[in-house]
Amino acid sequence: MFTRVLQRLTFWTATFWVVVAVGLVSTIIRFSQGLGASTNLSDQFPWGLWVGFDVVCGVGLAAGGFVIAASVYLFNLERYRPILRPAILTAFLGYILVIVGLLFDLGKPWNVWHPIIMWNPHSVMFEVGWCVMLYTTVLALEFSPIVFERFQMHWPLKVVHAITIPMVIAGVVLSSLHQSSLGSLFLIIPEKVYPLWYSSNLPYLFFLSAVAVGPAMVIIESYLSSRAFKREIEVSILSQIAKVSAVALAIYLVLKIEDLSGMKLWPYVFTFNFEGIMYWAEIGLGVITPMLLFLSPRLRANKRWLFTGAFLIVSGFIFNRLNVAITSVERYNSAPYFPSWMEISVSLMIVALGFAAFRLAVKYLPIFPPAHETVPAAAREVVAFIDVPAERLS
Amino acid sequence: MLGHGILIDTTLCVGCYSCEEADAARWGRTPTDTHKLSSSLNTAVLQVDDTYVPRMCMHCAEPTCASVCPVGAFTKTPEGPVVYDPDKCMGCRYCMQACPFDVPKYEWNSAAPKITKCDMCHERTSKGQLPACVEACPTGARTYGKVSDLLQEAQKRMQDNPGKYHASVYGVREAGGTSILYISDRPFEKLGLKTNLPDHPMPSLTWAILSKIPNYVFWGGTLMAGIWWITNRRKEVQAFELKLKEMDKRGNGTSNHE
Repeated sequence: MFTRVLQRLTFWTATFWVVVAVGLVSTIIRFSQGLGASTNLSDQFPWGLWVGFDVVCGVGLAAGGFVIAASVYLFNLERYRPILRPAILTAFLGYILVIVGLLFDLGKPWNVWHPIIMWNPHSVMFEVGWCVMLYTTVLALEFSPIVFERFQMHWPLKVVHAITIPMVIAGVVLSSLHQSSLGSLFLIIPEKVYPLWYSSNLPYLFFLSAVAVGPAMVIIESYLSSRAFKREIEVSILSQIAKVSAVALAIYLVLKIEDLSGMKLWPYVFTFNFEGIMYWAEIGLGVITPMLLFLSPRLRANKRWLFTGAFLIVSGFIFNRLNVAITSVERYNSAPYFPSWMEISVSLMIVALGFAAFRLAVKYLPIFPPAHETVPAAAREVVAFIDVPAERLS
Repeated sequence: MLGHGILIDTTLCVGCYSCEEADAARWGRTPTDTHKLSSSLNTAVLQVDDTYVPRMCMHCAEPTCASVCPVGAFTKTPEGPVVYDPDKCMGCRYCMQACPFDVPKYEWNSAAPKITKCDMCHERTSKGQLPACVEACPTGARTYGKVSDLLQEAQKRMQDNPGKYHASVYGVREAGGTSILYISDRPFEKLGLKTNLPDHPMPSLTWAILSKIPNYVFWGGTLMAGIWWITNRRKEVQAFELKLKEMDKRGNGTSNHE
């Protein structure tokens, strides 16, 4: 079976090494010559692909971690337990890659630790920085039992188990803070952002879309790993989390429509200029279509439709973040920006490293549930949760 | 907290670029002839139609850059200038993205880049000297002084020369007020100055959200803990009842058998 997997993945393995090789060349240029030589950034366009994709999208795509952790641990939705580990793994890898991306983008990456001692609580960026630091720590702890289990380390397992609930609560609070704060970053430039993307609701919109994209990422991972490893999550569970996405998207859409009406933006929506088309691509393909798909119980019970819907949600999400971070300010800056091949290759390398790390983790760690054991395991957990002392029963 | 500032009178600027040269000398840079703000020019004289418009950091009363900087590398000094500390900076460039006047520029081609912007010659003025550009200006297009005095001077010029000036002072209300003021013979948007800025300081837009965080952390954390307590309790009770039922069954079974 191993050789079969290898054969099937040859193309992807080759692609992976090409992407990593080109990415490394760009990395050398970036750190030896500076941002000017490696990026198409300029005084007119100080933020580009690395902020818009590697950081802003990266954090959002990792949102499944807190959504599923909250569902299982705080809302006691035991049926989601089989997807807890893939979701936490994605989140943990996601945040590590966000930090890697940030180190590329920062002009002086060796000062990245400065917010720890140089405080400015008035800065949204300061808050995001702290939340990312703390939440990455939380994710490392949430991920650690998987490693401890693999290597039979019982004592640390007990310690982590004891602090699980406070950790999950901290994770939810931290996540909701910085997921929304990534939207707040743009609140301070009302006159620069194209009207379609500016709203005082930006923090709430960013939070809702992160909640919607988290489950979508889990669905995509399950689909891909079912193809690569024959390991997957039951469709019934994926179908239920698809519903979570649909509901989050529906609330998101209502807020969007409220914005359009409240700020009288309908003329902008129906102006089919560059921004108008980008807006429609984002909302039409990335929000409305997958929402309708996932609202249909028949369609979301089908593996292929599940994957299609999840793929649309993730694409729409990336579209939205890039639109807010890049498209929305192009008119104001009157300088079109398109990333250089070096910027693109670094972003691709980071994504490729994410895929590779995920693959390795699934291969060597107990991430996905062993086949056909999911339901009994969850049920056993419920019963075994407390050991009622015998004397209380007599 | 406006402190000292500079009044720029575009009707007096003749485009000799002495200020640009003085600026280059002050920062130890070779002068360029791009005549726009960049990492080698912290003040520049832009030509707009037949008018010259000197540009520089506006030294806001409540600077956006100081608010957005995650490491607090910008400080509004009580004397007026907004100063930058490159040793704190980590290079996130949020200040460039956020500045309503697009002032901060970046040393893109350096491997250890800094933000560059005018600091109103804070070092010179603290020693009682004039800012370099003001000192170099041969026509008096730039006047240094207390912002309150500069406002009076602006009004005086308007009264003394009826009809010459557009009847407002740029910088009094823009983004909550700035230490640099402009007067001109035409509306400011015709000089390329932004007139669509709100009257309130920009940082209030993000502070409205950020100030809620401590409250949110407390209530959000409490709410989550409460939800966990309820669901956990339900789980315990369910397990307990399950066990009771099982024991009951077993108990009944044995008694029946007897």
